[in-house]
Amino acid sequence: MQELINIFVKSIFIDNMIFAYFLGMCSYLAVSKTVKTGMGLGLAVTFVLTITVPVNYLLQTKILDKGALQWLDPSFVEVDLSFLSFIMFIAVIAAMVQLVEMIVEKFAPALYSALGIFLPLIAVNCSILGGSLFMQERAYATIGQATAFGFGSGIGWLLAVLAIAAIRERLKYSHVPPALRGLGITFIITGLMGIAFMSFMGIKL
Amino acid sequence: MEINKPKEALFSKKNRKLLKDPMNINNPITVQVLGICSALAITVKLKPAIVMSLSVIVVMALANVITSLMRNMIPNRIRIIVQLVVVATLVILVDQVLKAFIYDVSKQLSVFVGLIITNCIIMGRIEAFSLGNTPWKSFLDGIGNGASYGLILIVVSFFRELLGNGTLYDYPVVEKLGLYDLGYHNNGMMLLPPMALIVVALIIWWQRSKTPSLIEKD
Repeated sequence: MQELINIFVKSIFIDNMIFAYFLGMCSYLAVSKTVKTGMGLGLAVTFVLTITVPVNYLLQTKILDKGALQWLDPSFVEVDLSFLSFIMFIAVIAAMVQLVEMIVEKFAPALYSALGIFLPLIAVNCSILGGSLFMQERAYATIGQATAFGFGSGIGWLLAVLAIAAIRERLKYSHVPPALRGLGITFIITGLMGIAFMSFMGIKL
Repeated sequence: MEINKPKEALFSKKNRKLLKDPMNINNPITVQVLGICSALAITVKLKPAIVMSLSVIVVMALANVITSLMRNMIPNRIRIIVQLVVVATLVILVDQVLKAFIYDVSKQLSVFVGLIITNCIIMGRIEAFSLGNTPWKSFLDGIGNGASYGLILIVVSFFRELLGNGTLYDYPVVEKLGLYDLGYHNNGMMLLPPMALIVVALIIWWQRSKTPSLIEKD
């Protein structure tokens, strides 16, 4: 249990998707104009990451890894399909996003209309595929760890987008040099927040 | 008659514009704000940045041509999946080539080669351009956008490697100039990921002061 909490906290603060790896920056910049839209997309990203990382983990360990197909037939011990992982992961993500969209539309119409266009766009959000690829690279031992990592990364993304959205709402009232307005100042602030988040780096979990 | 119309030259003015525009007034990173995700994480050194730029140019040009060839056959509802499959296939090819020939750089780039798939700049150009244009034009658009993406990457990594590490393409420039003896120190801060954002912000600042039409209105 403690191990799971460690991975969870680590993926929120130390390996934060935005401040440490800049994943999902495109949508992060696009939706962070107001806190409300930031919250909506943040929740959707968390949701999709929590589902796709464990599913891709199963795919990786049961099908794609070298010798992973042994459960089907002992003669498959030499089969290595890991070069297919990109295309399989992205297919799973696209399918999951479609599924999530249909479920949310059916059971939570209010949330569906709040998320609007963002929900289908999650399929091409770098942080989702990035989550699966990091899971593959770090080779988590159990599906529980992979889930904790996916959920933690999602929460980290949500936190980052909420923080920058709140700052940007206040920025409207400040005097920024004209050429820096909008994109430029958002980049600089993200950089400063990234430096602040680096203070977590020394923590060993 | 269609047939008698003079054929548009391969590098007509309009086509050259496709190559030139992304360099400045329609730059994918600083103006369209696409493809930032991978642009920032791999700009610590020049070498991975150059390899990454070349990979993106190849994937983008080919993906643009392929989707443009298929543009009249793709049903609108499933076009995102079709595009993802095309891009993912190309990225797998690039990844295998990198692993085979320059393994050390491929290790440095780690997940970011895979992330070319979801690089918004590729999907964005396919959606915005190649689904409605002929293959040759899409090819030029892909090269133009890929090259200007690479340009930003190379500029950012140039400054980060020079100021942070004192080297350029692993060549110890600062040491050869003898600046260390004069009391010069490398700025280790430039190697940290957040500095990439700030360098890009400075580029944006410079570009927008040069071209006031790009300044955002509130």
